[in-house]
Amino acid sequence: MSAILTVDGLKKTYSQGFIPKRREVLKGISFSVSEGEIFGFLGPNGAGKTTTIKCVLGLIFPDAGRIELCGRPHLDPRSKAEVGFLPENPYFYDYLTAREFLDFYGQLFGLAARVRRERIAGLLKLVDMERAADISLRKYSRGMLQRVGLAQALINEPSLVVLDEPLGGLDPLGRKEIRDIILRLRAEGKTVFLSSHILQDIEMICDRVAILVEGKILSQGRLADLVSEKILFTEIVLSGVGERDLAALGEPLSAQAGRTLLKVYDEARIPAVLELVRDRKGSVHSLLPRTQTLEDLFVGMVRPQ
Amino acid sequence: MTARMVKVIAANTFKEAVRDRVLYLLLFFAAAAILLSRVLALLTVGDRMKIVKDVGLSAISIFGALMAILIGTGLVYKEIEKRTIFTLISKPIHRFEFLLGKYLGLILTLAVMLTSMGLIFLGLVLVETGVFEGRILLALVYVFFELLLVTAVAILFSCFSTPILSSLFSLGFYLIGHFSWSLEALAKKVRPGPGRTLLGVLSAVLPDLENFNIRTEVVHALPLPAAHLAYAAAYGILYAAFVLTLAVLIFRRRDFV
Repeated sequence: MSAILTVDGLKKTYSQGFIPKRREVLKGISFSVSEGEIFGFLGPNGAGKTTTIKCVLGLIFPDAGRIELCGRPHLDPRSKAEVGFLPENPYFYDYLTAREFLDFYGQLFGLAARVRRERIAGLLKLVDMERAADISLRKYSRGMLQRVGLAQALINEPSLVVLDEPLGGLDPLGRKEIRDIILRLRAEGKTVFLSSHILQDIEMICDRVAILVEGKILSQGRLADLVSEKILFTEIVLSGVGERDLAALGEPLSAQAGRTLLKVYDEARIPAVLELVRDRKGSVHSLLPRTQTLEDLFVGMVRPQ
Repeated sequence: MTARMVKVIAANTFKEAVRDRVLYLLLFFAAAAILLSRVLALLTVGDRMKIVKDVGLSAISIFGALMAILIGTGLVYKEIEKRTIFTLISKPIHRFEFLLGKYLGLILTLAVMLTSMGLIFLGLVLVETGVFEGRILLALVYVFFELLLVTAVAILFSCFSTPILSSLFSLGFYLIGHFSWSLEALAKKVRPGPGRTLLGVLSAVLPDLENFNIRTEVVHALPLPAAHLAYAAAYGILYAAFVLTLAVLIFRRRDFV
């Protein structure tokens, strides 16, 4: 698949304060996003995720590096016409209603009035904001702003949708709805580039990820390649067996309401644990093999920094 | 492409400005000042209508400038501060189109406000004298030329400074602009030498907003040379274009952090 976004050797330094102090935010990062995938841009707060996105969209100018959007230089208006963007904690013109707001952005893309009307109706339905379409954005909650912001990012039917922390500040139901919309976008053939520090979200929906720490990309690739399938340990919740008897087989972690959580590192010992429970006429409440998660990988990378 | 973008931004800016309460507060005070000129005229000796016209036209000029400054200085800054500019600049739009749209949107708002104030004023004059005075319209047109320049200055400061500082700078520009003619008068009285040269340079560099003031001629029915009118109009348009170009140059390379 061809690359829709290519970033090569991107560097950015900010000068801050009265006596300017230079802070290197991006230290030469490179990655590419292929057409039709959901690409997760991961990193702790302050790693440079938003700075990268702002460089890509022409909001700030990098000191060095090359950015290509849809095969053209990123500042070319034809490239920008192919992109939809939802910023982190979106703020919009609060004196407009959702309908007026979407219409304004539709006009910027030169859409005819009839097309705008149709698209706005479809998008308001997609983000479930039809009821609040004629209320001014001033009265919107954060979750509602996020939804209408997503609709704004889709008004031009973009090939690439860039979402900066799209799931931040949403309740679990809202997060699920936005996740579903992102998956639907991929099904429609669009490419989604999303940044987040919420690992579960990325893990659930992304095809590929890049991990950014302190302005450098530490790892990137397909999730399945980055995260090993090997079982790290097995968690068994059981009752009816004393902690002392279990110590030889694994690591008893907690005992609550007569139940013990046992962490078994050696897979070969699991039958022995089950045998012991059967002998003592106890019960096994759950048995869960834990493979490496993105979180394990992420924590392992961020900690040494 | 460019004209459409500028039009869309201008229409949105107009919508923003006419939904700003500050505008109506200023319009209210302007209307009050115009009507009060009638009361002021009662207290004076001489031609009362001249007082009404002079005070009324001055009120329109001052409140028009206040509208341009108080709304203009917030226009670009608010977009950056509220981060609405993030979604806007990420669209296929050039930064100069954004700035030009903002400028024209505010100019449109000011034109509507000037028309409203002008109608109140013309109505008052019509009721008092029973005559419709065309020359008052001409004076209003030159107030508009002045606003073209003041708005450009307000937007220039708004590109890199906070609204409060920008308002002070713009107000400073407005005041200096109205008193800079006295530098020219002073230069003529100073003996030739470095002092006179300095004053000459200063009076050439500083804006001269008195160019747009044709109130005395209108109120006292004095002749208005066409050459002066043409010069003042060209001065306003070219100076505003120069200031806007400066604003674009600053805005073009700005990082929106």
